[in-house]
Amino acid sequence: MGREPVSTDLGMPRRRVNPEASERGTLRGDLGFPQAARVALANGQLRRNLGHATATIRAKRAAVVAELDDWEALRDAGSALKADVMSRLPELLEQLEANVTARGGVVHWARDADEANAVITSIIQGVGARDGRPVDQVVKVKSMATQETGLNEALAAQGIAAVETDLAELIVQLADDKPSHILVPAIHRNRAEIRQIFLEHMAGVDPGLTDEPRVLAMAARAHLRRTFLSARVAISGANFGVAETGTLAVVESEGNGRMCLTLPDTLITLMGIEKLVPTWRDLEVFLQLLPRSSTGERMNPYTSLWTGVTPGDGPQEFHLVLLDNGRTAALADQVGRSALHCIRCSACLNVCPVYERVGGHAYGSVYPGPIGAVLTPQLAGMHGHPGVGPGAGPGDPVDTLPYASSLCGACFDACPVKIDIPSLLVHLRAQHVDGERARHRLPTAERAAMAAAAWVMATPGRFATAEKGLAAGRLVGRGGRISSLPPPLSAWTSARDLPVPPRETFRQWWSRRPSPAGTPSPFVRGAPSDE
Amino acid sequence: MTSSSRRGAPGPTGNGAKDEILRRIRRATTEADAGTPGGAVPRGYHLQGEHSPGSPELIELLRDRLLDYRAAVHRCSPEEVPATVASALADRQARRVVVPAGLDPAWLAGWPGDAVPDRPAAPLTVTDLDGMDGVVTGCAVAIADTGTLVLDASADQGRRVITLVPDYHLVVVRAEQVVQSVPEGLARMDPDRPLTMISGPSATSDIELNRVEGVHGPRTLVVVLVG
Repeated sequence: MGREPVSTDLGMPRRRVNPEASERGTLRGDLGFPQAARVALANGQLRRNLGHATATIRAKRAAVVAELDDWEALRDAGSALKADVMSRLPELLEQLEANVTARGGVVHWARDADEANAVITSIIQGVGARDGRPVDQVVKVKSMATQETGLNEALAAQGIAAVETDLAELIVQLADDKPSHILVPAIHRNRAEIRQIFLEHMAGVDPGLTDEPRVLAMAARAHLRRTFLSARVAISGANFGVAETGTLAVVESEGNGRMCLTLPDTLITLMGIEKLVPTWRDLEVFLQLLPRSSTGERMNPYTSLWTGVTPGDGPQEFHLVLLDNGRTAALADQVGRSALHCIRCSACLNVCPVYERVGGHAYGSVYPGPIGAVLTPQLAGMHGHPGVGPGAGPGDPVDTLPYASSLCGACFDACPVKIDIPSLLVHLRAQHVDGERARHRLPTAERAAMAAAAWVMATPGRFATAEKGLAAGRLVGRGGRISSLPPPLSAWTSARDLPVPPRETFRQWWSRRPSPAGTPSPFVRGAPSDE
Repeated sequence: MTSSSRRGAPGPTGNGAKDEILRRIRRATTEADAGTPGGAVPRGYHLQGEHSPGSPELIELLRDRLLDYRAAVHRCSPEEVPATVASALADRQARRVVVPAGLDPAWLAGWPGDAVPDRPAAPLTVTDLDGMDGVVTGCAVAIADTGTLVLDASADQGRRVITLVPDYHLVVVRAEQVVQSVPEGLARMDPDRPLTMISGPSATSDIELNRVEGVHGPRTLVVVLVG
């Protein structure tokens, strides 16, 4: 190992770059969650990085949320506003389209990722044709929607380089890595790793670069400055689109968003159809909920709001692309649709004990964490729930996502629009189980075990008899845990350890303890239905 | 005629896509028995702050919030604005700054440097702006609770690009422009104008989720609070 050239491997954890990822799409990984989580859990550096970053952001969020005595009222309003949007989407979308068009913008609609990418590519090529000079590079503001459609890869195939300008996206792009967090895609990287990525992949970077965050931010500024000042086309997402006025909003920190939204002559914005708010005034709710929930700030440094084209100020050509890509499938599920209320703050990721330990890559989707576990199956489709496609069939990694949770409920508490993620997870699990039941004519091991458990638990006597057999479990455990059981029980232990059974169960202890003053045992001696 | 069609931009594509998406939505919401009917949004949150716009408490709150973002803040009376602005620009050793065409000339009357106006008839280029030592503007409204300054491209604020490319931004805020809460601020904002909400200098939280100042926007934000 020591003879390998140090310049290519300084003992840093190497990112698993998956050449098939684009084939399987941006919502569907290669491995199911349990398998992918096992890989991630073996990476000690990743766990330290995530633990540090999520602890920092949790403390910041808690402090700024505690400042507002009307936080719960804001959450109620945010939740009701999104429910209202979902109940009258067609009307609001057409209103948005009419207002954007009236202000000189052009509105496009895309049923799926391929269609969105094709529309955007053709707009860029149209700019090149008009100018008599092809556009070979565009600048991008961080956008989950374009991540979801795999836009960068689609543009690259047409000879157009998409330059990510958000610092974390730039880190991911330079390292040929994948995003692992909705807000901070490079959250899995610490400052030393980021420095190394810059040294290896950023042309013309100062070789004396330190790992001071401020110095790293300056390096990104210098690297992108010329690109910004000469960019002809920019691509953004949108945090909000106001139906009443046709206004779009991008919420950001660094000023890369302002650069993209202001400097190039042509702006293309890709927005999911669920990102609407009905009226201008509704922003007063979301502009309080979002910054405090996402970066833990009273307000993010920059929010840009624009309506169509303003002559003489900013882009003179504006295109808005409205994206479905599975959203209407989620909408058809009366319970599941509340996942569409998400405003992409990522608070649920930061409080999730599962996310904190496995990181975002284990989810295999551009939407990781608790919200990803309920959004991804509905957008991509899983067994028992249609998305943009029917799901990938048996062994689909997406099918494992509703189970990627301990249902502790921290995500629900943190969600600024009160999405009941634990209930959604249970709902999707039920759909998945129903789907499986329909597929298997013979009972599965799980169903047989559940039926047996139901029979055993039906009377106290059967249960007491079963308990006597439990002690045998002590023989297979090591160190107080059972880590592997033979099939079919291995289906349980492949992803979980079991504690070894106690020497004595509570009921056994209760029945032999000296009974104070004639109190009958409720379990054995006095139980009326005992055999 | 809209500016985009005048310039021959590609027109809307995928009208079939629009119809199909709307059809899918209508089917989905019918199937799911249309969720909560719209209309009843509870607005139990504070619509107004406890202090009235322009009150000394709000000026102080705004100052505190801006300092928290590591902006530089100077308070002065209306008469002291020229001297305060001149002193801040001198500290910066600025020689040439860009100003919007409608900036109150009195604000820069105490400063001996070169104030270059960005005129709609002859707008400065990005390269011109990149060569400036800073920009001086007014603002449309300021929100004290969140330390936010809103620019709306009025005559004393100028095009969005002039407050973006220079590395130093000095904003003069008049007391009557300061409101307490986000709802009060939005009520004063005109969605027909291009709007930029600024809360501190450019910053990022992308490295280990700690906020550090200074990426692509102006790395130095100086606020002169008048009143």
